[in-house]
Amino acid sequence: MIRSLLSADPPGSRLLAASLLAVLVGLALAPFVFPGARSLDVAARVAVFVLLAASYDLLLGYTGIVSFAHTMFFGIGGYGIGIAAASWGSGWGSLAAGSLAALACSAAIAFAVGLLSLRVRAIFFAMITLAVAAFFQILASQMSWLTGGEDGLNFNLPSVLSPGTKLVAAPVLGIDLNGRVLSYYLVFGCALALFLVLLRIVNSPFGRVLLAIRENEFRAEALGYRTVVYRTVANCLGALAATCAGLLYALWLRYTGPATTLSFDIMIDILLMVVIGGMGTMYGAVLGATIFVLAESYLRDLLRLASDATHGVPLLPALLHPDRWLLWLGVLFVVCVYYFPHGIVGRLRARRP
Amino acid sequence: MPEPMLALSGVNTRIGQYHILQGVAFEVPRGGLTMLLGRNGAGKTTCLRTIMGLWRASAGSVRVEGRDTTRLPTPELARLGVAYVPENMGIFAGLTVRENMLLAARAGPPDEKRLEWVFGLFPALRKFWNALAGNLSGGQKQMLAVARAIIEPRRLLLVDEPTKGLAPAIVANMIEAFRELKRTDTTILVVEQNFQFATSLGDSVAVMDSGRIVHTGAMADLAADEGLQQRLLGLSLDAHQ
Amino acid sequence: MKPRFDWIPLALVALVAAAALPLVASAPIWLTLTVAGLAMGMMIFMMASGLTLVFGLMDVMNFAHGVFISIGAYAATSVLIALRGAMHADSLAANLAAMAPAAAAAIAVSGILGWLFERVVIRPVYGEHLKQILVTMGGLIVFEQLIKVVWGPDMIAVPRPQALSGSFILGQAAIERYRVLAVVVGLAVFAAMWLLLNRTRLGMLIRAGVENAEMVESLGYRIRRLFVGVFVAGSCLAGLGGTMWALYQESITAQMGMQVMVVIFIVVIIGGLGSVGGCFIGALLVGLLANYTGYLAPKLALGSNILLMVLVLMWRPRGLYPVGR
Ligand SMILES: Nc1ncnc2c1ncn2[C@@H]1O[C@H](COP(=O)(O)OP(=O)(O)OP(=O)(O)O)[C@@H](O)[C@H]1O
Ligand SMILES: [Mg+2]
Repeated sequence: MIRSLLSADPPGSRLLAASLLAVLVGLALAPFVFPGARSLDVAARVAVFVLLAASYDLLLGYTGIVSFAHTMFFGIGGYGIGIAAASWGSGWGSLAAGSLAALACSAAIAFAVGLLSLRVRAIFFAMITLAVAAFFQILASQMSWLTGGEDGLNFNLPSVLSPGTKLVAAPVLGIDLNGRVLSYYLVFGCALALFLVLLRIVNSPFGRVLLAIRENEFRAEALGYRTVVYRTVANCLGALAATCAGLLYALWLRYTGPATTLSFDIMIDILLMVVIGGMGTMYGAVLGATIFVLAESYLRDLLRLASDATHGVPLLPALLHPDRWLLWLGVLFVVCVYYFPHGIVGRLRARRP
Repeated sequence: MPEPMLALSGVNTRIGQYHILQGVAFEVPRGGLTMLLGRNGAGKTTCLRTIMGLWRASAGSVRVEGRDTTRLPTPELARLGVAYVPENMGIFAGLTVRENMLLAARAGPPDEKRLEWVFGLFPALRKFWNALAGNLSGGQKQMLAVARAIIEPRRLLLVDEPTKGLAPAIVANMIEAFRELKRTDTTILVVEQNFQFATSLGDSVAVMDSGRIVHTGAMADLAADEGLQQRLLGLSLDAHQ
Repeated sequence: MKPRFDWIPLALVALVAAAALPLVASAPIWLTLTVAGLAMGMMIFMMASGLTLVFGLMDVMNFAHGVFISIGAYAATSVLIALRGAMHADSLAANLAAMAPAAAAAIAVSGILGWLFERVVIRPVYGEHLKQILVTMGGLIVFEQLIKVVWGPDMIAVPRPQALSGSFILGQAAIERYRVLAVVVGLAVFAAMWLLLNRTRLGMLIRAGVENAEMVESLGYRIRRLFVGVFVAGSCLAGLGGTMWALYQESITAQMGMQVMVVIFIVVIIGGLGSVGGCFIGALLVGLLANYTGYLAPKLALGSNILLMVLVLMWRPRGLYPVGR
């Protein structure tokens, strides 16, 4: 059963399996084990970013294409829900319509961009997607009548998802089962399901062709695979999954804006997650996103301690300043690219018992 | 016995996962012109590139005038006096003929006498001196490629198929040029498909097949022995006659 | 069979400028916009030219190129702040006497950083595009953070050169003084690059290397050294461009390099990857168009360069001046 859920692609290392299980259980029980608004928020972000990073891994790790437009698709998801909820009201119907519109829009853009530039070299694709993503960001901030501009959109969701709604009168295990908890499980459940779908995709015959193309494009071409078609399809699938992540994120935040979805900073975050976790492994996305979101939330506290401890030493306190956490992840990222091409997952699998 | 100009022994070269040269061994004696023959895909180009350091031999050794050059970077080899005319000629299309020649003359602008000598071999170059090299005809490009290699005196000349795609009249011109070159004290190693070119110029010969040397000897002996030609080179010669 | 120059892209610049005149409908405003556009183009060219040259010669696309722009801007600003007195004097000579060492500092710091960057970050990943993109991106993250460590995370105001602020009237058009300086410096840089590339042996070698690096090695030149030299020179130019850009924007942040990178990529793509001349023309086109649309249709201004890129690629898929390879 588990094997088939995982598409016959087991973690392949006890330690890895244990970490993944820890993440899964932690997320599944988050409202009960880590009570408090901040921890629940961290858990939801982990779930969303696992999905987002996994969808990026489909491109980067499995197809070997570097796209800098992934946040654009993430944003389209966010704005799909946001615009629908803000203009058509907060019913389920408008959310569904917004989601569908966002998915269609993403698929179309991914298809067009892919067809236009995937036949050229990786560098060119990376540059073009960077420009397209920047363009989209401009578009979102200029069309403020629709998107709320820089301020973004705050919106309401169906009342069953609002924190005020109590689903069960009495607390369960000391926790109020309110709309917030339900939202969380909606986000978590969808993210988990979509992650398993992505895992299935990369382990399907389609995924194997992608790998073959990544390894040796000429050979794959010679074997009769239309590489552009495969890459374009992968690009579209990655975009759709990213859009779903965007939908979930908007549901969770009840807000959509450039800073939470479209900004280049998030693009960099995704890159860090996938590479540090391990490109081309899918599970790397889980570890990478978890570590990253935890680092973002808690590494600062750790650095603050270190910074205070080194007080008086020249330069060190500045390097260990809580706001410099990205510096250390950046260094880790570069080290990973050079020495651990399969990131943490690769390391764990290498010391398989 | 005098030291050979160039000596390969047990050279193995891999390109990616393909094992192309599988123990190539032969010598190029000083002075004179050695032909390297073989069917298409035999590994001749790979062999020249390995000598030049453009591919790295995974085993075996390459020696130039007794010095082990197996691991020497390409520019250092060139500075030892080895010049290379690649199969695709390696012309800088965006530079003029003049600029191509000036670059090849490492020691500074070539002196008049040498330049006149080169113009004597390839008169077309004088005419198109200031033209973009990319606009030259195929034959003119080939001439420029050879001229570039000899603009300064060199110890060893590696030339890959100098007659590829040339009209018979131009081939004759090329043969004349190489005759003249043989009078200098440059040692020459030429890869060729044109058997007429090979027989009229070669002093000694090495024949490759499937990444190995299958025959070495005097060119005259091979030219005289049709059975041997047939066996070593097969149809690929007839196709080029 | 004289070497022939492709005039069409150059004519395109003139055409864009000419077409804008009736649309703007006021000659003085048009002149103001044109000077502004040229100045912006020149600054973009300075920042972008190193990137395209490095790509042409080494087949390396450095996504961290923006870091050299930021670092140059920060180094220059540090010097300018130290020489604040001279900047505030209402004398062109005094202003220039402060700006020259600032630019020199920027060039030096960016150059040294470029040299280190080539050795440490880029050298291990020659020929591997995917890793190149990732690793240079990583370099961008790390260096952006390091700038914050050294100079602090906040925006820094750049002292303004007193004699160069404000504008003068030419005919009826108001021309900002600083923009004239930018045009002059930009033209000087372009002319110097052009002379170097076309009139010197080193330039010949660089052009030859862009076409066929292997053959340059076979002729006995150590292309590695050429690589390093060009990379450092490209970083220096980015530092100079960063200085000019900082003075123009009047404030700097650690992210400024990354922000201009998008425009730089667009310019490099428009010009044809690896072509310095194309980069120059692309930069002018982008600068002019940004200013014209900024006046005519402000909403379009930010996106105008993307639209330009799409149009150019539809016309010439490999850019204005495609480079062989
Ligand atoms: N870059 C490369 N990658 C993979 N295989 C290569 C490469 N270059 C050459 N080969 C293979 O190596 C073998 C020898 O090639 P090489 O070019 O040395 O032959 P050649 O004797 O020069 O042939 P020709 O007479 O056609 O020029 C061929 O089978 C060729 O397919
Ligand atoms: Mg050959």
